[in-house]
Amino acid sequence: MLDDFFIRALLGGIGIALVSGPLGCFIVWRRMAYFGETMSHAALLGISLSLMMDLMPFWGVFAVSIAIAMALYGLEKLDRLSSDTLLGILSHASLSIGLIALGFMAWLRVDVMSLLFGDILSITRGDLALIWGGGILVLGLLLFHWRSLLAATVSQDIASAEGLPTKQANLVFILLIALVIAVAMKLIGALLITSLLIIPAASARQFARSPEMMALLAAILACLSAILGLNMSMIWDSNPGPSIVLGAFMLFLLSLAIAPLVRALRPPQR
Amino acid sequence: MPHTDPLLVGTDITVKADGKTLLNNVSVSVCENEIVTIIGPNGGGKTTLLKSLLGLRPIASGSVKRKKNLNLGYVPQKLVIDRTLPLTVQRLMQLTGSYKRAQIEDALGETGVAHKIHDNIHSLSGGEMQRVLLARAIIRQPELMVLDEPVQGVDYLGEIALYQLIEAIRNKYKCGILLVSHDLHMVMRASNRVICLNTHVCCSGQPTDVEQSPDYQRLFGSRGLQTMAPYGHRHGHFHDIPPDPASLGDHSAEGHSCENHHHCDHEGHNHAG
Repeated sequence: MLDDFFIRALLGGIGIALVSGPLGCFIVWRRMAYFGETMSHAALLGISLSLMMDLMPFWGVFAVSIAIAMALYGLEKLDRLSSDTLLGILSHASLSIGLIALGFMAWLRVDVMSLLFGDILSITRGDLALIWGGGILVLGLLLFHWRSLLAATVSQDIASAEGLPTKQANLVFILLIALVIAVAMKLIGALLITSLLIIPAASARQFARSPEMMALLAAILACLSAILGLNMSMIWDSNPGPSIVLGAFMLFLLSLAIAPLVRALRPPQR
Repeated sequence: MPHTDPLLVGTDITVKADGKTLLNNVSVSVCENEIVTIIGPNGGGKTTLLKSLLGLRPIASGSVKRKKNLNLGYVPQKLVIDRTLPLTVQRLMQLTGSYKRAQIEDALGETGVAHKIHDNIHSLSGGEMQRVLLARAIIRQPELMVLDEPVQGVDYLGEIALYQLIEAIRNKYKCGILLVSHDLHMVMRASNRVICLNTHVCCSGQPTDVEQSPDYQRLFGSRGLQTMAPYGHRHGHFHDIPPDPASLGDHSAEGHSCENHHHCDHEGHNHAG
């Protein structure tokens, strides 16, 4: 079964989607979409560095994503520029440096397109093992820190005043984003990773009544996006990365359209 | 005596930001079964003091001591929750702990919003939200409740009811309550001790004594006095506060004649707190 490249792509896409849905909810709740974007753009710099140092791309991406997050944390303390502006600076600087570094390594003949938009059809068994292993790790950590993370999302002050380990939870959250980006980089590329975090979460918001329900719905919708997108790319021979994002976008539009209907059909709350 | 150890003691707290001094040598302590109220003008450092005591912001000097494993309930001044987060009142009640349905209903019932249990928090009015947040702090059965302007957005009658509720909670659970308020007239009847804060401690002591302090009168003017008067009541006994109000005007950080920090038992005076 795993010999079929399409099945491998599907399994890989679903593996990422199961994780990106719930994690994406936190990114949306915390208004960190641009933050996720910046961390994933930095992934390209990570790829360049790992090629230069002959490392597995995963580690380069993971390390650089975290370094960017820490740099941002440090720069925010300067208090002169808004984090919005800082994100814009870091995001594009790391993307540009990554691209320039790749250009210098002309002998490697790197396919820049696949780095920016992913190459899910070339996924190997090893990649699959990484995706599912990493995915289970991320979900486990997310569940373990759920209460602290959610409480800190609602109110950092309440959560930490009442003794929850918010600092630890916030740190784990950054690590999880970096981990997902490092794993998803090969599948849908540096430019599109955040869409799989944010779009399914936004669609799930239309129907969810609790944070837990929204996370679950987002996971399901992200899986559907991957399945839908990969099938579209098969049928139309389109680029699979952008096709998955298109699938997510179509589901988002659908959620907007049917949300009022679902709300109308719901039994009224007591 | 272990039962007279304060729940929370802040000693000589100084907080600075951008070279400005927000708090200067402020000391405060809260014991069980005691309501300590911090009043003061806007920008006087009330919220800063609470956050320093809760460990939410760094202090430049001084110290904060909490009782070990202090169970604390906190109602912050402002709570902005992103609308993308779907949250019912019931779920919010379980933010930092798990509680049974009946416990949640009881706590919400105490603050008068039990009927809102299934509502989305984004549909609550400001006053309802404050009541829910108060219920969320109560449900923890905390030893110490820290309330930052807990009645904002609540109408006048609701305000009286909420202060009565806060008093009732203190009587019921014997917890300590540290309260920030700008409602001078409301505060007076419930508090055991009032600290008037304007970067430094202007004056502190029993409500009726603070209200006579010239510092207090200068800060709040006669309006405060008028609105407050009907609610002020004298306790039947004097503490270590001399009757001469002029002595309360001492601006130095130490030597407030009305201060009784680190003493928990209001009835006695000579134990080593």
